[in-house]
Amino acid sequence: MKHLLVILAGLLFTSIVSAEEIAPDALVRNVSNDVLDIVRKDKDIQSGNMRKIVELAEAKVLPHFNFTHMTTLAVGKDWRKATPEQQKSLIDEFRTLLVRTYSKALIEYRDQTIDYKPLKMQPTDTDVLVRTAVNQPGGKPIQIDYNIEKTDQSWKVYDISVAGVSLVTNYRSSFAQEVSTKGIDGLIASLRTKNKSGDASAAAAHQ
Amino acid sequence: MKRGAVAVGKRVATAVLALAAAGLQGGCATAGDARDPIEGFNRAVFAFNDGVDRALIRPVAKGYETVLPVPVRAGVSNFFGNLADPVIAVNSLLQGKPADAVGDAARFIFNSTFGMLGIFDVATDMGLEKHDEDFGQTFGRWGAEPGAYLVVPIYGPRDVRDAAGLALNVMADPVGNVGHVPTRNTLTAVRLVSDRAELLPADKIIEEAALDKYSYMRDAYLQHRRSQVFDGRPPREPDAD
Repeated sequence: MKHLLVILAGLLFTSIVSAEEIAPDALVRNVSNDVLDIVRKDKDIQSGNMRKIVELAEAKVLPHFNFTHMTTLAVGKDWRKATPEQQKSLIDEFRTLLVRTYSKALIEYRDQTIDYKPLKMQPTDTDVLVRTAVNQPGGKPIQIDYNIEKTDQSWKVYDISVAGVSLVTNYRSSFAQEVSTKGIDGLIASLRTKNKSGDASAAAAHQ
Repeated sequence: MKRGAVAVGKRVATAVLALAAAGLQGGCATAGDARDPIEGFNRAVFAFNDGVDRALIRPVAKGYETVLPVPVRAGVSNFFGNLADPVIAVNSLLQGKPADAVGDAARFIFNSTFGMLGIFDVATDMGLEKHDEDFGQTFGRWGAEPGAYLVVPIYGPRDVRDAAGLALNVMADPVGNVGHVPTRNTLTAVRLVSDRAELLPADKIIEEAALDKYSYMRDAYLQHRRSQVFDGRPPREPDAD
């Protein structure tokens, strides 16, 4: 019994340590390296097999994203007007849109190398900015930054900006316009249509 | 030659007038964004620019990317980047960053000589960081607000502040001041194609991301410029609650 307690305590301790050990900058670096390694080796992905890329993103990247926070940021002040069901649909559809965009970016930028800037962070910080520069062969580097927050379980990304453009808040104005003309359900419908058209063109491209 | 230029000028003027008319018609139709009071006009110019891009600039940029190997394209990109460094130095100085200005000037000197007229960016390897400054950013640093969003024919998205900056940038542009006209035109065209080729990967991502390409590009432009004014570290915009 005593042994068991020691083992349990040991397990608990190691799991806490391992969760604490992944600092936000290491998180970005590990995930980027893992994903780019896979993309560079996989011929299907390189030829644009969207389904496979999305699977890769789902498995490796998405667990580290806080989609609820991302969606509230993109929807802005209209978020509170949405019913819980509408909020769920918004999160689902926006998640799909971001995953598709992210996957597309993975294919387009697969040959690039990434420089990680040193992270300035206090031990008490719960919201940090991890800065990277993506070097394109034959072109100028692109600045890509990750806003990462500490949640109950781990650090999670809630915004990504490319050359100073937030991929999340960039939708705020057009989402607000959709809501003002067609309501929350109108915005959900537009997102759904957009995601469906992406499916169709991806299927066509794959054939 | 002169007569040809006048004819082209007339055609451009006609096109701009047609766009303006289209803009006035479309202007009232959209319940718009406060930053974009002439959205109808802007959408018309945007469609025109997009057409020119699809028909001409993008295909040429694709060919350029296919035909030329990476080191050559890097050399071209570095060459034009080097020509821009003196104007960047002036703007660093105007923005109260003398150390950056000295670095920009040193970059130009080293790259123009050891870097074989700027084809090799030896200065970056020496630890002299490349900056990105222009007159629009300087006005922003001085406190000028961006003002209304504008889409300028061929040049693309601007705001009022950047349109004013653009005029100074064009006047100070070493390529635009080359006296020999065929050389100037060739350099201008090559720079345009080189810049466009660097943006090719972004095309597909924007197609994938945007519900409405016009407003996506507009919002991205405004965010991008705001970030540049703050040298890549803008204060986070307040989250709407």
